Amino acid sequence: MSKFRKKKKGMPAVNTAALPDIVFMLLFFFMVTTTMRETDLKIDAPRLPSASEVKKLEHKSLVSTIYVGKAKDAKYGTSYNRIQLNDKIGTAEDVPAFIINARSKVSEAEVPFMTTSIKADKESSVGTITDIRLKLRDVNALKISYSASKGSGVN
Amino acid sequence: MARRENPEINAGSMADIAFLLLIFFLVTTTMNVDSGVSKKLSEKPPADYVPPIIKEKNIFEVNINRNNELLVEGDRMEIKDLKDAAIAFIDNGGGEGKVENGVKTGPCNYCKGEKSVSSSDHPNKAIISVQSDRGTEYGTYLTVQNELLRAYSELRNRLSLQKYNKPFAELEEAYKDDKENEALKKKVEDIKTSYPQIISDAEPTN
Repeated sequence: MSKFRKKKKGMPAVNTAALPDIVFMLLFFFMVTTTMRETDLKIDAPRLPSASEVKKLEHKSLVSTIYVGKAKDAKYGTSYNRIQLNDKIGTAEDVPAFIINARSKVSEAEVPFMTTSIKADKESSVGTITDIRLKLRDVNALKISYSASKGSGVN
Repeated sequence: MARRENPEINAGSMADIAFLLLIFFLVTTTMNVDSGVSKKLSEKPPADYVPPIIKEKNIFEVNINRNNELLVEGDRMEIKDLKDAAIAFIDNGGGEGKVENGVKTGPCNYCKGEKSVSSSDHPNKAIISVQSDRGTEYGTYLTVQNELLRAYSELRNRLSLQKYNKPFAELEEAYKDDKENEALKKKVEDIKTSYPQIISDAEPTN
């Protein structure tokens, strides 16, 4: 009788003293790698095309992003050509205002280094991209980057 | 009695707090590496701008129709063959280079192309013109751009290996890390001007 009892008592608790350390380590990792989502996507996340000649975008603060893709809201239709600037769906006509607004947020010396990143869905049409490009040229925002995931390029 | 040791602070809930923070960052994190095909747009031409006359043979015409099919120099082509066709065109070196600030660049002495008279004169004269339809899929358009860029980077790489025993990407990387290095800068500039990327986007057709 007494032998059985002893066994039950002897079960040691798992030492969880190191658990906070592990969790903190993970926490710091995510804190360092995190980038806060700045805008809510009003369109479905674009399925980026893949390309092999990609360059990393440097100076995140100097990058303004234009999204092109299918709107989540059904009232905008199902085509993949909706343009999102900041947090709302717009048209190519709104691009100059968007760029000028982005410019006002950085110092004048940095303006020439500003890049416009176009994140467009694979199935968007070139016409939409061209409209954006022409508008960007009007306001002299000449550096652009067609967002693409690193891959082989040729499907 | 008064000198009794301080009771230990209970740290049992620290893990809970840390977990809470961890989950918050897990949710808000986006692991996107922002990368893309970079491109520099041409400036807006003035109203009275007359485009220079360019010889037909110095233009490599790529058309993409609304069914995402490719027409290169009048012939149908698959995207996978585009890079080699572009290389053959850029690297042809069939004539004199352009005159820059009154200095003739002369014939291309690093080109390894066919030196055909019906293709481009010199890499710095060779223009690739991409025309697409408004209805072309963006994915195809970007793939084409990418293939053309690959053609250029392959040529640059070859020249860089031949001249400096280093791939061009490495050369550029080294320059990026050491911006002050004049010798390195000269090398990078040299390769870049030897094979300048001249890809023009024509107005899309409707």
